[in-house]
Amino acid sequence: MLRAEISITLKRTVADPQGLTIRHALESLGYKGLADVRAGKLVVLKLNSQNKKKAQQEVEQMCKKLLANPIIEEYRFKITEE
Amino acid sequence: MKFGVVVFPGSNCDKDCFYVIKDVLKQPVKYIWHQDTELKRLDCVILPGGFSYGDYLRTGAIARFSPVMKSVAAFAAKGGTVIGICNGFQILLEAGLLPGVMLRNAGLHFICRHIYIKAQNTRTRFTNLYREGQVLNIPIAHNEGNYYIDSDGLKELKDNDQVAFRYCSAAGVVDGSANPNGALDNIAGIINKKGNVLGMMPHPERSSETDLGLRDGYFIFESIVKWLEVKR
Repeated sequence: MLRAEISITLKRTVADPQGLTIRHALESLGYKGLADVRAGKLVVLKLNSQNKKKAQQEVEQMCKKLLANPIIEEYRFKITEE
Repeated sequence: MKFGVVVFPGSNCDKDCFYVIKDVLKQPVKYIWHQDTELKRLDCVILPGGFSYGDYLRTGAIARFSPVMKSVAAFAAKGGTVIGICNGFQILLEAGLLPGVMLRNAGLHFICRHIYIKAQNTRTRFTNLYREGQVLNIPIAHNEGNYYIDSDGLKELKDNDQVAFRYCSAAGVVDGSANPNGALDNIAGIINKKGNVLGMMPHPERSSETDLGLRDGYFIFESIVKWLEVKR
Protein backbone atom coordinates (compact mmCIF):
# COMPACT_ATOMS: atom_id res chain seq x y z
CA MET A 1 0.00 0.00 0.00
CA LEU A 2 1.12 3.54 -0.73
CA ARG A 3 0.42 6.65 1.24
CA ALA A 4 0.10 10.05 -0.38
CA GLU A 5 0.27 13.22 1.68
CA ILE A 6 -1.00 16.22 -0.22
CA SER A 7 -0.68 19.73 1.14
CA ILE A 8 -2.70 22.50 -0.44
CA THR A 9 -2.01 26.16 0.25
CA LEU A 10 -3.05 29.48 -1.19
CA LYS A 11 -0.64 30.85 -3.76
CA ARG A 12 1.84 33.44 -2.55
CA THR A 13 0.05 36.05 -4.63
CA VAL A 14 -3.27 35.40 -2.88
CA ALA A 15 -3.92 37.02 0.51
CA ASP A 16 -4.39 34.50 3.34
CA PRO A 17 -6.46 36.16 6.07
CA GLN A 18 -6.51 32.93 8.08
CA GLY A 19 -2.71 32.76 8.13
CA LEU A 20 -2.58 36.42 9.10
CA THR A 21 -4.98 35.87 12.00
CA ILE A 22 -2.94 32.89 13.23
CA ARG A 23 0.17 35.06 13.03
CA HIS A 24 -1.46 37.76 15.15
CA ALA A 25 -2.55 35.14 17.70
CA LEU A 26 0.96 33.67 17.87
CA GLU A 27 2.46 37.12 18.26
CA SER A 28 0.06 37.92 21.06
CA LEU A 29 1.37 34.77 22.79
CA GLY A 30 4.84 36.24 22.63
CA TYR A 31 6.25 34.55 19.51
CA LYS A 32 7.77 37.58 17.89
CA GLY A 33 10.09 35.97 15.35
CA LEU A 34 7.52 35.22 12.66
CA ALA A 35 8.30 36.35 9.14
CA ASP A 36 5.10 34.89 7.68
CA VAL A 37 2.30 32.40 8.46
CA ARG A 38 0.32 30.57 5.81
CA ALA A 39 -2.48 28.09 6.56
CA GLY A 40 -3.56 25.28 4.28
CA LYS A 41 -5.08 21.81 4.04
CA LEU A 42 -3.62 18.35 4.38
CA VAL A 43 -5.19 15.42 2.54
CA VAL A 44 -3.90 11.92 3.24
CA LEU A 45 -4.70 9.14 0.80
CA LYS A 46 -3.97 5.45 1.02
CA LEU A 47 -3.67 3.76 -2.34
CA ASN A 48 -4.13 0.07 -3.08
CA SER A 49 -1.09 0.02 -5.27
CA GLN A 50 2.63 -0.68 -5.27
CA ASN A 51 3.34 1.25 -8.41
CA LYS A 52 4.79 4.52 -7.22
CA LYS A 53 5.18 6.02 -10.66
CA LYS A 54 1.57 5.36 -11.58
CA ALA A 55 0.40 6.67 -8.20
CA GLN A 56 2.40 9.83 -8.80
CA GLN A 57 0.51 10.48 -12.03
CA GLU A 58 -2.82 9.63 -10.50
CA VAL A 59 -2.40 11.90 -7.49
CA GLU A 60 -1.26 14.69 -9.80
CA GLN A 61 -4.53 14.30 -11.73
CA MET A 62 -6.57 14.24 -8.52
CA CYS A 63 -4.99 17.50 -7.44
CA LYS A 64 -5.69 19.14 -10.78
CA LYS A 65 -9.25 17.87 -11.08
CA LEU A 66 -10.56 18.26 -7.57
CA LEU A 67 -8.22 18.73 -4.64
CA ALA A 68 -6.80 22.14 -5.53
CA ASN A 69 -8.19 25.09 -7.43
CA PRO A 70 -5.35 26.21 -9.72
CA ILE A 71 -6.58 29.80 -9.81
CA ILE A 72 -5.74 30.40 -6.15
CA GLU A 73 -4.06 27.31 -4.76
CA GLU A 74 -0.86 25.33 -5.18
CA TYR A 75 -0.21 21.79 -4.03
CA ARG A 76 2.69 19.57 -3.11
CA PHE A 77 2.62 15.88 -2.32
CA LYS A 78 4.87 13.04 -1.35
CA ILE A 79 4.19 9.35 -1.79
CA THR A 80 5.63 6.83 0.64
CA GLU A 81 5.39 3.06 1.21
CA GLU A 82 2.89 2.34 3.95
CA MET B 1 -42.05 28.77 -19.06
CA LYS B 2 -40.69 26.29 -16.66
CA PHE B 3 -38.17 26.70 -13.89
CA GLY B 4 -36.11 23.98 -12.20
CA VAL B 5 -34.47 24.29 -8.78
CA VAL B 6 -31.53 21.94 -8.27
CA VAL B 7 -31.29 20.28 -4.86
CA PHE B 8 -27.83 19.20 -3.68
CA PRO B 9 -27.27 17.50 -0.35
CA GLY B 10 -26.84 20.55 1.87
CA SER B 11 -28.81 23.04 -0.24
CA ASN B 12 -30.95 25.16 2.08
CA CYS B 13 -32.41 27.90 -0.11
CA ASP B 14 -34.06 25.49 -2.55
CA LYS B 15 -37.48 25.83 -0.90
CA ASP B 16 -37.29 29.63 -0.82
CA CYS B 17 -36.50 29.70 -4.55
CA PHE B 18 -39.25 27.18 -5.30
CA TYR B 19 -41.75 29.21 -3.28
CA VAL B 20 -40.90 32.51 -4.96
CA ILE B 21 -41.18 31.03 -8.46
CA LYS B 22 -44.41 29.17 -7.73
CA ASP B 23 -46.31 31.52 -5.41
CA VAL B 24 -44.91 34.97 -6.09
CA LEU B 25 -43.84 34.79 -9.74
CA LYS B 26 -46.63 32.26 -10.43
CA GLN B 27 -44.67 30.16 -12.89
CA PRO B 28 -44.37 26.37 -13.08
CA VAL B 29 -41.38 25.00 -11.20
CA LYS B 30 -39.98 21.65 -10.18
CA TYR B 31 -37.16 20.36 -8.04
CA ILE B 32 -34.24 18.60 -9.71
CA TRP B 33 -32.34 16.16 -7.51
CA HIS B 34 -28.58 16.38 -7.93
CA GLN B 35 -28.51 12.86 -9.35
CA ASP B 36 -31.09 13.63 -12.03
CA THR B 37 -29.76 14.50 -15.43
CA GLU B 38 -33.02 15.33 -17.18
CA LEU B 39 -33.40 19.07 -17.83
CA LYS B 40 -35.56 18.85 -20.93
CA ARG B 41 -38.47 21.26 -21.26
CA LEU B 42 -36.95 23.64 -18.72
CA ASP B 43 -36.36 27.29 -19.55
CA CYS B 44 -34.41 28.29 -16.47
CA VAL B 45 -32.31 26.32 -13.99
CA ILE B 46 -31.65 27.76 -10.52
CA LEU B 47 -28.71 26.58 -8.40
CA PRO B 48 -29.78 27.66 -4.91
CA GLY B 49 -27.78 28.69 -1.87
CA GLY B 50 -26.74 26.44 0.97
CA PHE B 51 -23.78 24.34 1.96
CA SER B 52 -23.65 21.63 -0.70
CA TYR B 53 -21.61 18.68 0.54
CA GLY B 54 -20.91 20.59 3.73
CA ASP B 55 -18.67 23.01 1.80
CA TYR B 56 -15.97 20.36 2.22
CA LEU B 57 -12.66 20.92 0.41
CA ARG B 58 -13.83 24.21 -1.14
CA THR B 59 -17.31 25.68 -1.56
CA GLY B 60 -18.93 24.09 -4.60
CA ALA B 61 -15.90 21.90 -5.37
CA ILE B 62 -17.71 18.61 -4.85
CA ALA B 63 -21.16 19.69 -6.03
CA ARG B 64 -19.73 20.57 -9.43
CA PHE B 65 -19.11 16.86 -10.04
CA SER B 66 -22.73 15.91 -9.26
CA PRO B 67 -24.41 14.14 -12.20
CA VAL B 68 -26.80 17.06 -12.68
CA MET B 69 -23.95 19.48 -13.34
CA LYS B 70 -23.02 17.81 -16.64
CA SER B 71 -26.57 18.45 -17.79
CA VAL B 72 -26.47 22.02 -16.47
CA ALA B 73 -23.26 22.65 -18.46
CA ALA B 74 -24.88 21.21 -21.61
CA PHE B 75 -28.04 23.24 -20.94
CA ALA B 76 -25.96 26.42 -20.58
CA ALA B 77 -23.92 25.62 -23.70
CA LYS B 78 -27.17 25.50 -25.68
CA GLY B 79 -28.12 28.95 -24.38
CA GLY B 80 -30.37 27.83 -21.50
CA THR B 81 -30.86 30.32 -18.68
CA VAL B 82 -28.93 29.45 -15.50
CA ILE B 83 -28.82 31.41 -12.27
CA GLY B 84 -26.59 30.50 -9.34
CA ILE B 85 -27.27 32.19 -6.03
CA CYS B 86 -24.66 32.21 -3.24
CA ASN B 87 -23.52 28.57 -3.04
CA GLY B 88 -24.99 28.20 -6.53
CA PHE B 89 -22.61 30.96 -7.71
CA GLN B 90 -19.70 29.17 -6.02
CA ILE B 91 -20.64 25.94 -7.82
CA LEU B 92 -20.78 27.74 -11.20
CA LEU B 93 -17.27 29.11 -10.56
CA GLU B 94 -15.88 25.69 -9.63
CA ALA B 95 -17.58 24.20 -12.68
CA GLY B 96 -15.97 26.81 -14.91
CA LEU B 97 -19.33 28.05 -16.18
CA LEU B 98 -18.33 31.46 -14.82
CA PRO B 99 -14.77 32.79 -14.48
CA GLY B 100 -12.96 33.42 -11.19
CA VAL B 101 -13.06 31.96 -7.73
CA MET B 102 -14.34 32.68 -4.21
CA LEU B 103 -12.01 33.28 -1.29
CA ARG B 104 -12.96 33.44 2.32
CA ASN B 105 -14.45 36.77 3.38
CA ALA B 106 -11.67 39.26 4.08
CA GLY B 107 -12.82 39.67 7.70
CA LEU B 108 -13.06 35.88 8.23
CA HIS B 109 -16.64 36.27 9.46
CA PHE B 110 -19.78 34.69 8.12
CA ILE B 111 -21.81 37.74 7.10
CA CYS B 112 -25.61 37.66 7.25
CA ARG B 113 -27.20 41.04 6.71
CA HIS B 114 -28.84 43.37 4.21
CA ILE B 115 -26.45 45.23 1.95
CA TYR B 116 -26.76 47.40 -1.16
CA ILE B 117 -25.81 46.47 -4.68
CA LYS B 118 -25.85 48.47 -7.87
CA ALA B 119 -27.25 47.12 -11.11
CA GLN B 120 -24.34 47.62 -13.50
CA ASN B 121 -25.54 45.98 -16.65
CA THR B 122 -29.30 46.10 -17.19
CA ARG B 123 -29.23 44.81 -20.75
CA THR B 124 -29.26 41.18 -19.65
CA ARG B 125 -32.04 38.65 -19.42
CA PHE B 126 -31.67 38.79 -15.62
CA THR B 127 -31.70 42.53 -15.07
CA ASN B 128 -33.82 44.11 -17.81
CA LEU B 129 -36.43 45.43 -15.33
CA TYR B 130 -33.87 47.48 -13.41
CA ARG B 131 -32.61 50.93 -14.28
CA GLU B 132 -28.92 51.26 -15.07
CA GLY B 133 -27.25 52.14 -11.77
CA GLN B 134 -30.31 51.27 -9.67
CA VAL B 135 -29.46 50.52 -6.04
CA LEU B 136 -31.01 47.37 -4.60
CA ASN B 137 -31.29 46.50 -0.92
CA ILE B 138 -30.83 42.76 -0.65
CA PRO B 139 -29.49 40.27 1.90
CA ILE B 140 -26.22 38.35 1.81
CA ALA B 141 -25.38 35.31 3.93
CA HIS B 142 -22.00 33.75 3.24
CA ASN B 143 -18.51 32.97 4.45
CA GLU B 144 -16.85 32.77 1.02
CA GLY B 145 -17.98 35.73 -1.05
CA ASN B 146 -14.63 37.38 -1.60
CA TYR B 147 -14.61 37.20 -5.39
CA TYR B 148 -11.19 36.93 -7.00
CA ILE B 149 -9.92 36.77 -10.55
CA ASP B 150 -6.52 37.59 -12.07
CA SER B 151 -6.00 40.99 -13.70
CA ASP B 152 -6.46 39.67 -17.25
CA GLY B 153 -9.71 38.03 -16.19
CA LEU B 154 -10.95 41.21 -14.54
CA LYS B 155 -10.17 43.21 -17.66
CA GLU B 156 -12.11 40.72 -19.74
CA LEU B 157 -15.11 40.93 -17.39
CA LYS B 158 -15.10 44.70 -17.67
CA ASP B 159 -14.49 44.81 -21.42
CA ASN B 160 -17.41 42.46 -22.02
CA ASP B 161 -19.71 44.22 -19.53
CA GLN B 162 -20.03 40.99 -17.52
CA VAL B 163 -20.27 42.59 -14.08
CA ALA B 164 -23.98 42.53 -13.28
CA PHE B 165 -23.88 43.82 -9.70
CA ARG B 166 -21.41 45.66 -7.46
CA TYR B 167 -21.58 46.25 -3.70
CA CYS B 168 -22.31 49.90 -2.98
CA SER B 169 -23.54 52.29 -0.30
CA ALA B 170 -27.22 53.20 0.15
CA ALA B 171 -26.50 56.24 -2.01
CA GLY B 172 -24.98 54.03 -4.70
CA VAL B 173 -21.31 54.80 -4.10
CA VAL B 174 -19.10 51.84 -5.04
CA ASP B 175 -16.05 51.93 -2.77
CA GLY B 176 -14.13 49.92 -0.18
CA SER B 177 -16.34 50.97 2.73
CA ALA B 178 -19.39 49.48 0.97
CA ASN B 179 -17.60 46.19 0.30
CA PRO B 180 -18.74 43.60 2.88
CA ASN B 181 -16.37 40.76 2.04
CA GLY B 182 -13.32 42.08 0.20
CA ALA B 183 -14.60 41.05 -3.26
CA LEU B 184 -12.36 42.31 -6.04
CA ASP B 185 -13.71 45.51 -7.59
CA ASN B 186 -16.80 45.19 -5.29
CA ILE B 187 -18.12 42.43 -7.56
CA ALA B 188 -21.36 40.89 -6.25
CA GLY B 189 -22.58 39.19 -9.42
CA ILE B 190 -21.35 38.38 -12.91
CA ILE B 191 -22.68 36.91 -16.12
CA ASN B 192 -20.87 34.74 -18.65
CA LYS B 193 -19.82 36.08 -22.03
CA LYS B 194 -22.94 34.78 -23.76
CA GLY B 195 -25.09 36.39 -21.09
CA ASN B 196 -27.19 33.32 -20.26
CA VAL B 197 -25.53 32.38 -16.95
CA LEU B 198 -25.68 34.63 -13.87
CA GLY B 199 -23.94 34.08 -10.56
CA MET B 200 -24.58 36.35 -7.59
CA MET B 201 -23.81 36.23 -3.87
CA PRO B 202 -26.86 38.22 -2.64
CA HIS B 203 -30.16 36.35 -2.24
CA PRO B 204 -32.92 37.70 -4.51
CA GLU B 205 -35.27 34.95 -3.32
CA ARG B 206 -35.06 36.40 0.20
CA SER B 207 -36.13 39.82 -1.01
CA SER B 208 -39.03 39.04 -3.26
CA GLU B 209 -42.04 40.06 -1.16
CA THR B 210 -42.94 43.30 0.61
CA ASP B 211 -44.47 41.19 3.40
CA LEU B 212 -40.94 40.04 4.15
CA GLY B 213 -39.51 43.54 4.03
CA LEU B 214 -38.29 44.12 0.52
CA ARG B 215 -38.78 42.95 -3.01
CA ASP B 216 -35.76 44.45 -4.74
CA GLY B 217 -34.57 40.99 -5.72
CA TYR B 218 -37.86 39.84 -7.21
CA PHE B 219 -37.29 41.64 -10.50
CA ILE B 220 -34.43 39.33 -11.38
CA PHE B 221 -36.94 36.49 -11.66
CA GLU B 222 -39.49 38.69 -13.41
CA SER B 223 -36.79 39.92 -15.83
CA ILE B 224 -36.16 36.31 -16.84
CA VAL B 225 -39.86 35.72 -17.49
CA LYS B 226 -40.16 38.92 -19.49
CA TRP B 227 -37.06 38.07 -21.52
CA LEU B 228 -38.34 34.59 -22.31
CA GLU B 229 -41.75 35.95 -23.29
CA VAL B 230 -40.28 38.52 -25.63
CA LYS B 231 -38.02 35.88 -27.13
CA ARG B 232 -41.00 33.70 -27.99
